[in-house]
Amino acid sequence: MIEKDLNQIFQDRIDADDRIEARDWMPEKYRQTLIRQISQHAHSEVVGMLPEANWISRAPSLRRKVALLAKVQDEAGHGLYLYSAAETLGAKRSDLLQQLIDGTAKYSSIFNYPTLTWADIGAIGWLVDGAAIMNQVMLCRTSYGPYARAMVRICKEESFHQRQGYEIMIALSQGSEEQKAMAQDALNRWWWPSLMMFGPNDAESKHTAQSMAWRIKRKTNDELRQAFVDSSISQIEYLGLTAPDKDLKWNEERGHYDFGPIDWDEFWQVVKGHGPCNKERIAARRKAQEEGKWVQEAAMAYAAKRKQRAQDQQTRVA
Amino acid sequence: MDNTWPLWEVFIRSKNGLSHKHVGSLHAADEDMAIENARDVYTRRQEGVSIWVVESKHISASNPSKSEELYDPAKNKIYRHPTFYDIPDEVGHM
Repeated sequence: MIEKDLNQIFQDRIDADDRIEARDWMPEKYRQTLIRQISQHAHSEVVGMLPEANWISRAPSLRRKVALLAKVQDEAGHGLYLYSAAETLGAKRSDLLQQLIDGTAKYSSIFNYPTLTWADIGAIGWLVDGAAIMNQVMLCRTSYGPYARAMVRICKEESFHQRQGYEIMIALSQGSEEQKAMAQDALNRWWWPSLMMFGPNDAESKHTAQSMAWRIKRKTNDELRQAFVDSSISQIEYLGLTAPDKDLKWNEERGHYDFGPIDWDEFWQVVKGHGPCNKERIAARRKAQEEGKWVQEAAMAYAAKRKQRAQDQQTRVA
Repeated sequence: MDNTWPLWEVFIRSKNGLSHKHVGSLHAADEDMAIENARDVYTRRQEGVSIWVVESKHISASNPSKSEELYDPAKNKIYRHPTFYDIPDEVGHM
């Protein structure tokens, strides 16, 4: 069959809402787009552990500590589900990890901001995970089967992340004046970066149109961002806090909240590696990879030795 | 020497009485480590009571481009289904 026919058959399957599986024919660009997107998503889960791990040893109670530990452990698992999904497309795990520390692969820019106070852990769970969930719920219906299945699993687990974050925010906002100020400060610092998580405006986004046509994405960056703003406002009000946006107001006509302009210069600065913590994050990943190498080698050597022993034993018995 | 841990496919039995179901994959040096990792990754919320792991290279799969010849012949064999046969209502459930 000629390539053009295959492309048409593929697009027809997509349009009929069929799912694409690992061994099915797919356009090379679909494969590459997915590998890029899924691996960036995986890197985000893995790098996302770093700002939160910063607070595990200083969590204010045992209850908060076990929750944070479980959350960070989940993120490691989520990274793994996603790397596995990328591997079904023929990508090699070791290459993907190398691209992360080389800086040739991106991860969510939100994780390049520092976690300065305990309230940041609340704000991250509530806003950052909340924004991630918006995106991930959509991706549960993405056209590539293994990616969709990883997302279903992730969404099931992620829900507790947002709730534990919001619970931290409730405790702080109902606490002393100092605690309430801490909660407000965290909201101030995490609000705009959370809105940036959805990526550039649709008109500026170079991947959106094709990804929508392939049903990799089912909602655009701006649609998801709007849904996130709409759902967050009552949550902010319940806490008695204020969003750091003077333009934020209900638009009766649109049936949505209007919000102020996003500082895209800041966004691109962080994406390009000039955020507050980019270097620190990559250095931590590089260190983990280099210093953990011997473990990988030792485990392989041990596995080989055990196999050899079992074989020797069998020969002796025979 | 390539020290990349091989890839394993993981199957979980969610409770006794049900069959193992594919849940995903992971890397591990050997089968023991694969089971330990599968336990950490895929059963953090009591999702299973039994784990199978199989090194991915040992799985053979049918070719999706041959699905017509493989599965289409069953399409017109509707006589393999119970509803193909007419049984009067008076006979009751059968």
